[in-house]
Amino acid sequence: MKTMVAVLTVLTVIIAFWYAACLPMNIKGVLTQAERAGAEVVPVGAKERRDLGAIGLVLGNQFAIAATWSQDRPRLPAPHQVAVELWKTTGAMVLKGKPMSKRSLIFHGWVTLSATLLGFAMGTGLGILLAVGIVHSKVMDMSVMPWAIVSQTIPIIALAPMIIVVLYSVGVQGILPKAIISAYLSFFPVVVGMVKGLRSPDAMQLDLLRTYNASANQGFWALRLPASMPYLFTSLKIGIAASLVGAIVGELPTGAVAGLGARLLGGSYYGQTVQIWSALFAAAILAACLVALLGVIERVVLKRMGMSA
Amino acid sequence: MTTETTTQAVIEARNLDLVFQTNDGPVQALRDVNLTINKGDFVSFIGPSGCGKTTFLRVMAALEQPTGGEITVNGMSPDEARRQRAYGYVFQASGLYPWRNIARNITLPLEIMGYSKAEQKKRLNEVLELVELSGFEGKYPWQLSGGMQQRASIARALAFEADILLMDEPFGALDEIVRDHLNEQLLKLWARTNKTIAFVTHSIPEAVYLSTRIVVMSPRPGRITDVIESPLPKERPLDIRDSPEFIEIAHRVREGLRAGHGDDV
Repeated sequence: MKTMVAVLTVLTVIIAFWYAACLPMNIKGVLTQAERAGAEVVPVGAKERRDLGAIGLVLGNQFAIAATWSQDRPRLPAPHQVAVELWKTTGAMVLKGKPMSKRSLIFHGWVTLSATLLGFAMGTGLGILLAVGIVHSKVMDMSVMPWAIVSQTIPIIALAPMIIVVLYSVGVQGILPKAIISAYLSFFPVVVGMVKGLRSPDAMQLDLLRTYNASANQGFWALRLPASMPYLFTSLKIGIAASLVGAIVGELPTGAVAGLGARLLGGSYYGQTVQIWSALFAAAILAACLVALLGVIERVVLKRMGMSA
Repeated sequence: MTTETTTQAVIEARNLDLVFQTNDGPVQALRDVNLTINKGDFVSFIGPSGCGKTTFLRVMAALEQPTGGEITVNGMSPDEARRQRAYGYVFQASGLYPWRNIARNITLPLEIMGYSKAEQKKRLNEVLELVELSGFEGKYPWQLSGGMQQRASIARALAFEADILLMDEPFGALDEIVRDHLNEQLLKLWARTNKTIAFVTHSIPEAVYLSTRIVVMSPRPGRITDVIESPLPKERPLDIRDSPEFIEIAHRVREGLRAGHGDDV
């Protein structure tokens, strides 16, 4: 109960701050429109207002406050505007029986999600394979690990167009280039986590297996792999969020017509800030759901393995 | 040493030396160690930390390589003996896998060694009974007390029927009441199975109560300073520890430890 109150308090503060931020952000646009419509605005003339402080304008034109929260194309849309847009493009579409319409965020979300999941699967598979190699071979540890680290220092926004161009020139397009960018971001946390996890058994555990004359292979399946499970799940949670970012970034340089990235891009072309913000929130909600789902799987698996205590 | 012709040497160390190369220079962990352990012996190694008792046990298990001298286990090099799974090793921590229940922890070595499912089940039941853990095979390690966990780890070492049991302070992390109980159980188990046991401890009463022979060691360099044959009978109730014989041996062990400590108390 106490934590609930605390959580709600934080949420309220954030939303109040957001509403407050709309005032200075949107006041100039609102006043320009109001002046055109014949209202009395202080001072007169957009030119005069241009260099004045936004907060001063708000205080001098308090009649305009409500309008800063209901513009068509505000610099910063108010929370309820984003919420309404989110509902119009998801729930309302479902009620109308057109959940997969081109204007539906469910449609766009699914396009991005499918690339995310494919990329996540590829990235996780690659990450686990690399980690196994790194743990078992000193040569791989010294030759692969530095490259894995370097790969993550290149901004993905710079690399994504190159990947798409190169793949397009060899005839690969559609979901795969996006999934590859997504895998590029998600394999890294899996490598790092799994290497740590596979190395987590202590010297005593390894000595014990040695006294059984166990092979490296037996040690891997009996000890190293199960011991790495908690590390794997932590990595997967980071990895799936990175996968979603990768898929969205993969949609930007192609001028894609579908996907959350396409909605972001389209919104910025036409100054549809409400659309941008609702796409951002859709992405955030999607990521939260994916991480939560992994959390549930983690709890179930570790409980069944007897490792939850 | 005994001259009986029926006794059979299981572990023989001759002029054994082991030097660790550390950042602070070489450390003489073992110097000129000579010892014969015969079949069915219960030999305890006692001494202050750094005396090499654990290192000696690890050399027997081929977990450390000596830098000089000779050692044989069952007439082979320790590494050959390890590959033939000649011994079970019990560490100070139970080292049970948290993701396996007690039964699957105990059958772990059997799985690795390729025993059939039926054979695993049979041996599991035998060793569960030996360590008095029957009925707990479905529990996970965290559901058991520290003493029960350590019994499970002993069962795991017994499961593949090695003749030698190497135990490195197996009860060191347990409280005294539990330790007394486990000592009593261990003696019964030893009497029933006729295994050869090498047992590292830093407790004088534990060493005297359990052993047929007590090896007193001292540090810098790690070496054997005294080997005491115990006159106590094989049948040992807990209250034997109040008998004059027991107190006399304990006194001799303590004297040996004090002498070995020399000038650096």
